[in-house]
Amino acid sequence: MRKLILLIAAGALAAVTSVAGAATLDDVRAKGHVQCGINTGLPGFAFKDEAGDWQGFDVDYCKALAAAVFGDAGAVKYTNLTGATRFEALKAGEIDVLSRNTTWTYSRDNDLKLTFVGVNYYDGQGFIVNKALGVESAHDLEGASVCIQTGTTTELNLADFFRANGMSYEPVPIENNEEARQNYLAGRCDVYTTDRSGLAATRAALDNPDDHVVLPEIISKEPLGPLVRHGDDEWGDIARWTLNALILAEEYGIDSGNVNDLAQGTNNPEINRMLGTEGEFGAMLRLDQDWVVNVINAVGNYAEIFDRNIGPDTPIGLSRGVNASYLDGGILYAPPFR
Amino acid sequence: MERATHIVHEKAPTLPPPVMSVGIARWLKENLFSSASNIVLTFVVIYLLWLIIPPFLDWAIFDAVWVAASRAECWDTADGACWAVVVTRFDQFVYGDYPKSERWRANLAFVLLFVALAPVLYDRIPWRRHLVGFSICYPVVAYILLIGGLGLPEVETARFGGFLLTIVIGITGISASLPLGILLALGRQSDLFIIRVLCVAFIEFIRGVPLITLLFVASTLLNYFMPPGTSFNLLVRVLIMVTLFSAAYLAEVIRGGLQAMPAGQYEAAKSLGLPYWKTMRLVILPQALKISIPGIVNSFIALYKDTTLVIIIGLLDPLGIGKATLSDTTWQGLSTEVYIFVAIFFFLCCFGMSRYSAWLERRLHTGH
Amino acid sequence: MTVHPGVEPGSTFRLSDIWTNERSRSLVIQIAALVVLLATLGWIINNTVQNLENLGVETGYGFLGHPASYDINQRLIDYTSRSTHARAALVGFLNTVLVAVTGIIFATLLGFMVGILRLSNNWLVSRLMTAYIEFTRNVPVLLHILLWYGIVVHVLPHPRQAIEPVSGLFLSNRGFYLPRPIFEDFAWVIPASLIVTLVGLFLFARHARRVQERTGRIYPVLSISLAAIVAAPVIAYFASGSPVSLDWPALKGFNYQGGIALKPEFFALWFALSIYTAAFIAEIVRSGIVAVSHGQTEAAFSLGIKPGWTMRLVIIPQALRVIVPPLISQYLNLTKNSSLAIAVGYMDLTATIGRISLNQTGRALECMSILLTIYLLISLTISAFMNWYNRRIRLVER
Repeated sequence: MRKLILLIAAGALAAVTSVAGAATLDDVRAKGHVQCGINTGLPGFAFKDEAGDWQGFDVDYCKALAAAVFGDAGAVKYTNLTGATRFEALKAGEIDVLSRNTTWTYSRDNDLKLTFVGVNYYDGQGFIVNKALGVESAHDLEGASVCIQTGTTTELNLADFFRANGMSYEPVPIENNEEARQNYLAGRCDVYTTDRSGLAATRAALDNPDDHVVLPEIISKEPLGPLVRHGDDEWGDIARWTLNALILAEEYGIDSGNVNDLAQGTNNPEINRMLGTEGEFGAMLRLDQDWVVNVINAVGNYAEIFDRNIGPDTPIGLSRGVNASYLDGGILYAPPFR
Repeated sequence: MERATHIVHEKAPTLPPPVMSVGIARWLKENLFSSASNIVLTFVVIYLLWLIIPPFLDWAIFDAVWVAASRAECWDTADGACWAVVVTRFDQFVYGDYPKSERWRANLAFVLLFVALAPVLYDRIPWRRHLVGFSICYPVVAYILLIGGLGLPEVETARFGGFLLTIVIGITGISASLPLGILLALGRQSDLFIIRVLCVAFIEFIRGVPLITLLFVASTLLNYFMPPGTSFNLLVRVLIMVTLFSAAYLAEVIRGGLQAMPAGQYEAAKSLGLPYWKTMRLVILPQALKISIPGIVNSFIALYKDTTLVIIIGLLDPLGIGKATLSDTTWQGLSTEVYIFVAIFFFLCCFGMSRYSAWLERRLHTGH
Repeated sequence: MTVHPGVEPGSTFRLSDIWTNERSRSLVIQIAALVVLLATLGWIINNTVQNLENLGVETGYGFLGHPASYDINQRLIDYTSRSTHARAALVGFLNTVLVAVTGIIFATLLGFMVGILRLSNNWLVSRLMTAYIEFTRNVPVLLHILLWYGIVVHVLPHPRQAIEPVSGLFLSNRGFYLPRPIFEDFAWVIPASLIVTLVGLFLFARHARRVQERTGRIYPVLSISLAAIVAAPVIAYFASGSPVSLDWPALKGFNYQGGIALKPEFFALWFALSIYTAAFIAEIVRSGIVAVSHGQTEAAFSLGIKPGWTMRLVIIPQALRVIVPPLISQYLNLTKNSSLAIAVGYMDLTATIGRISLNQTGRALECMSILLTIYLLISLTISAFMNWYNRRIRLVER
């Protein structure tokens, strides 16, 4: 019996891996992969393909970050998190970065002590209902049962919206998007509310998407983006500039098709700085000189990521809208690479 | 001597007993129709069963669909249960995400589990001594097989799922909580004041809160309690919590056994000059554990059933696989089928354990 | 040669005596245990403080006074999204109590019925009860909860096609709707009459017991009590001019409005916890009755006591002594298992303070400590009651 206890203790010790030091970049390099927190499943943003690999808009950001650090988009492992578990996982150091359609808010930034590194999708909260109900506006929802993911900002917005409009409703709290869709389809709730990108994704996965309609009201601002822990500015900067590089690449017309040619040198100094043929910009972040080339080679620029996962040609069918580059009339705008 | 003529000398033929006092008729009369109220009760029950069982059998077996590509196809074929969902996802229910090419390792570990359990569960097995040696080594063997080492590629514990995960948590929890439970029970009965207070506080705290709050603590707070930068495997955290939880309950069961020991046993051991640990190991525990077997097995069954709670912190046990399957639009809405299938699995395991304990109890019954 | 005071040359004291002497050894062990415990606690607290400092997170219970900002669908007291986190926790606590108390009542009734029927000499009935017990208690309770929730949500129809088995009762996948009594001006007469009746019956029962002890005459206390308890409110109802009307549920907009609503979340949790716990209670009741020696029944019969009275005066009082302690620990289990509410979205204590409040504020340490403390208090209260009861009913041996 004593031997058994010893064995178990030894096994337990072996499973505790102590990661020393405060610099996340060094920890990540020591581990050999980026641990990335993603959704448990949201079509277009984070989903398992037939081969069992994770794909999606949020997942591509994780790959981009891995490419920036290791030059290898495969050097990433995923942790699936619900709305309720994501921040504890990040704070506790179980993940290095959270890329899970998370809204940037004042209290998350300052009270939870998290650092949002930018916005990769400007979103707003909406409602989806069955057409058969004949509802045309969110103001007709008096007395409805509303499915809502707990632990999200949408839960709070929903309460505010109904309160401000003096309407009553029955919240049906749900843990994740999949279960919400299940309960919505079973008729446990009349309405499902979440970010409109998520609604489009959910609607696309329904048997008869045309039977369901997304109501016109947008009841909140939901700037979604990746985030890291407070206190490690170097890692935060790597995460921030990986995102910026994706956006800038679109502005300068760099994509996965031409990046290797452009990396030979061009007449545009900004492109040269980004792709590492001019200056020592990689070293400023302790990254390789050609880290942006690796990123673009791995996942393409922002437009490619968008179109591949959630764009008009995918089942999700989202248009760029405000998420177009500022050059095209959107509000996507990254600081210069200088 | 002459035979009296007024007496019948032939043996009277043996008449068969009255119809109502033998065989089926007697059994029926005694067990089903012994009184007016009993007759009424019997007919009411038969009527109720007739209402429930044939439609259920129709649904579950005769009208059921076993092979189909989706729920829609099922419902087009027949209106019974759609077991196709279970058939299609069977591999996932068994192994979770365990890589396909490595599944032979899980199978081998499962078969070896029975080899390791045999000498523990049944004491008349041949070569028992050698087998016990294997049982002691089994945790290491299972660890290498399931997780990797000695040339086997590593499989992350995050990929464990389904029945595999249930069995891993169940068996580890059971084998780790028994020694811990014994120590806690001895501590609670100890003469040493501080030890006793510590054990009582621990046992009462663990028994006073629900397991899922402890699992929450494991998943959200454990990292706060460890030195900065430590990271714990989620499965290990769950194992620790399940073990501690079960040990507290076991300790109370074993304490009942210890308290039932007559003081004479302690005194006899003392008068032989046996020190504390020898008294316990050779005299008290063998008897105390024997009389607590039903309670101990009940605790094991409870632990085994409690493994389902791990879905709440994100591990995919059979119930978690079931939920994931149901969130696939192809199989949407078949919750009854999925949950009944998982229920059958748990029923077989738990019922098996309780039958085994009943058998063991009879075998060890050395009283009068 | 210097002689140390107290230690004479040739004295037998050696360092190892500390270990071989029983009293000093036990002292050493206890001190060691205490030191190890304090060191571990100190280590944990030190780590926690350091981790919190690294994260720069503020700690404290001040957030309990801030608005919770989320809505709760099932509530026994007034609550809006502007109420505080503390109030949200209270709403959750009351929901826990609601499901625990109703669950305990139903589980007890069902459990006693099944336990007694299992001892029936009708083979069919006893086998049926055995099957119920074995199938129910060998399946995890979480599975029961999810199964029943799935049945309500996926098998029952939408409110617009709700089933109406009895007029005024609607079954749908949004829950079960019943008419709700509305109490008007003189309605207080009805509960008041009931209370007066109960007090009267209590005095009557005491008087009856004295008479029985003195003279052996037995009043039919039970049947008189039942009749009075039924009759008093009925008489009061008509005497005060029928002050109770019914609020019938009606389909309005998306859902049924009015009446009493049993939400699917509550129903699944309550029903599953009840039938699961009832299986355990049935076994306790059965073994309690079996534990009363058959000689007791025979002795009572030979004294000429009728079977019904034998049960009431001889068997049940003795069986209760065996039944009650494990029964109460089943009540405790049911209460703790009610924390599985979050699996179906019933807003109990765990779901409010332990889940949503924790998430929206990020105060993990604080919320978990509140949660654990409340559960611990509930458990300790129930086990204190159990200890008191055990002492009260203990056999007084001479």
